[in-house]
Amino acid sequence: MDFSSLSPVALLASLMVAATPIMLAAIGELVVEKSGVLNLGVEGMMIVGAVCGFITAVETGSAWFGLLGAALGGILISSIFAFLTQILLANQVASGLALTLFGLGVSAMIGNGYTGIKPPGFNTVHIPLLSDLPFIGPAILSHDPIVYIGILLVILVWYFLNKTKNGLVLRAVGENHDAAHALGYKVIWIRFSAILFGGMCAGLGGAYLSLVRVPQWTEGMTAGAGWIALAIVVFASWKPYRLILGAYLFGGVTIMQLNLQALGVEIGIAYLSMAPYLVTIIVLVMISSNHLRSSANAPGSLGRIFHASQ
Amino acid sequence: MSSSSLLEINGITKSYPGVIANEDVKFTIKTGEIHALLGENGAGKSTLVKTIYGLVKPDKGLMKLNGNLYSPNEPRDARTCGVAMVFQHFSLFNALTVAENIALGMESPPSIDRLSNKIETISIEYGLPINPEKMVGSLSAGEQQRVEIIRCLLQNPKLLIMDEPTSVLTPNEIKTLFNTLKKLKSEGTSILYISHKLEDIRSICDTATILRGGKNVGTCDPKKENVRNIAEMMIGETIKIPKKKSTISKLVALEVDCLNWVPRDSSQKQLKNISFKLLKGEILGIGGVAGNGQDELTEILSGEVLSNKNTIRLFDNPIGDIGVNKRRLLGLLTAPEERLGHAAIPDMDLIENTNLTAHTRENLVKKSGIVDWEKTHELAKNIIKEFDVRTPNAKVAAGSLSGGNLQKFVIGREVLQKPLVFIVNQPTWGVDAAAASSIRQAILDLASTGSAVIIISQDLDELLELTDNFMAINSGEMSQKINTQGLTVDEIGLMIGGTGAYWKRHD
Repeated sequence: MDFSSLSPVALLASLMVAATPIMLAAIGELVVEKSGVLNLGVEGMMIVGAVCGFITAVETGSAWFGLLGAALGGILISSIFAFLTQILLANQVASGLALTLFGLGVSAMIGNGYTGIKPPGFNTVHIPLLSDLPFIGPAILSHDPIVYIGILLVILVWYFLNKTKNGLVLRAVGENHDAAHALGYKVIWIRFSAILFGGMCAGLGGAYLSLVRVPQWTEGMTAGAGWIALAIVVFASWKPYRLILGAYLFGGVTIMQLNLQALGVEIGIAYLSMAPYLVTIIVLVMISSNHLRSSANAPGSLGRIFHASQ
Repeated sequence: MSSSSLLEINGITKSYPGVIANEDVKFTIKTGEIHALLGENGAGKSTLVKTIYGLVKPDKGLMKLNGNLYSPNEPRDARTCGVAMVFQHFSLFNALTVAENIALGMESPPSIDRLSNKIETISIEYGLPINPEKMVGSLSAGEQQRVEIIRCLLQNPKLLIMDEPTSVLTPNEIKTLFNTLKKLKSEGTSILYISHKLEDIRSICDTATILRGGKNVGTCDPKKENVRNIAEMMIGETIKIPKKKSTISKLVALEVDCLNWVPRDSSQKQLKNISFKLLKGEILGIGGVAGNGQDELTEILSGEVLSNKNTIRLFDNPIGDIGVNKRRLLGLLTAPEERLGHAAIPDMDLIENTNLTAHTRENLVKKSGIVDWEKTHELAKNIIKEFDVRTPNAKVAAGSLSGGNLQKFVIGREVLQKPLVFIVNQPTWGVDAAAASSIRQAILDLASTGSAVIIISQDLDELLELTDNFMAINSGEMSQKINTQGLTVDEIGLMIGGTGAYWKRHD
């Protein structure tokens, strides 16, 4: 085994790339869960985003249009979930799982015929001087723009949730929808919007996989990234800044896994694939062992159906 | 000034499938008056109030605010017009801070820092102490109500609606609240005051409108009218006053010996050196301001929280280390404060809820582990009959019962199991006069059969009326036990404040 073939610069660079799609999907899901809705369809929304983004990019010849297509695809499929759970008051867990299965199927169908094509890509960002710095330059400061957009989005979500009135209202709806309703806030409308935002983010995350990370279209290519995104939200205990940490940690595990595989290490890979979920369980235990803090973490109305009686 | 009318309610009618909640209700609230709205549970008070606050749209009828047509589509419209409301079941967010909760009730809140300063100013001005940075979930019921009141006051309302405001307060807190209300009144704010406590209404309200069965059955000046007359107008029949017949024996039923308990987190109160003896047939009242250790004490006595084996003794049996069901089997039964979610499961029906606390003592589960639903149903029907629980049948979800009816069910469920020791926390919180008087009678009857009873309550009139002996609880410590007879509300007020001759502090 030769670990010297692993370059720290390349590792760090690929870590940032690996973390981006799950970070995008997770920040969307965080907003959804903060509004009190549990959408287990992240995997399905990601793969629909991946295929929509890929097709749009190939047909228009522009990766940016691809992103737009992915965002619309994500919004469209999440609107099914929003309609089912918010208007028809269907069970969120069942609808979310159905959404994942539906997304996997529908993406395979519309992506048929696009396998084996190379999509148009993004130019990497080049910041004069900074991108030329040794180590930091190639590892952190010369990626495609989406990597930075992802981080910016997390910061914006943090700002929105904690510093703006609308963010406070969204958290209030997720915390106690009856009280929010009594104060005159439109619970269903707010949740509907949050779900569409979640769909858009998951779609972008999926497109990042098919346009940058891989980059090509294959059936089922998200390979569990949506589930990891869900796990990260819990890992981050619904706090945006911890979500960045979680995405890098879980992204790092994927990178380690690939590199170890390339080096021919066989044991450990299975353990590494388990690691994100194990860490999530440990975090959950740590949250619940602290009696008072746990009440301040998971949104109080998470997964509960809101029915405006009277 | 005071003769001009602020809100005219004219012919409001609202019906739900099968029920007419309001029928042709008509009255006027004048500027700068405190107007009482009286009625039993189900009389249509909440629907009417929700109509005024824009949560419910009436089928028929008009409202005029300051002479202009007023028909709010949503609470926001009501707030913009200067109508604010303090809810009975607080509409607060536990995981948000006091300041954030208050910001949510405002149309254009300032930054949280500036708001926090404003909250502190108002809370000092109106004597409602509160820390704006605290999580609402860690506050007591009394403190949570202050948050609601401050939230309304920040909007400078013209009309403030208060739903059962004093049900969680102590005499001192009530005095403060009344001073706040009088101050508001002198500033020209009108108050619509909903309560079951006729004494409160007599001491503060200028006018009272009485609802029964959705209709306005009378408007009067509560200061001139006799309390019983008003109460009887409310329920449409004569009220029985609970009769007390003391039968205390010398046998110690329950003994608590040097109970010390350290909480797991800061939202709970530490209990220090609590010792007392409860005799067979005795009714012991424990009074105090909300959040002084009452809930913790209830949980330790019921067995939800375990303590040392010998700390609690039931007829000389050490029971401190055994759980709820075993204590029930031995004869110690508890009815906790929260009706919904603690004493009963809202989404389960009355039969299932009956089984949950009665299965050990009433043998409702067969040896094979199969639930005896037939027997459970019988018991549930019995509770409903004996305690006059108004429900179509026993297969109704507990959460759909009105507060008073559910409380009658919760108390009845325990009383029918013939407890040797019965512990009840806030037996008549938010319950109407008729239901409260029947619950109180049931507790007295239970004691006269030889059961020992502990009533933990913030309603001091109730403690004076029912109990043989009284102890105050303050900051997790308890005063000496003294005879209730001859005590006045003022003396009790001092005791629960932690001062007076009956305190022996262990520092």
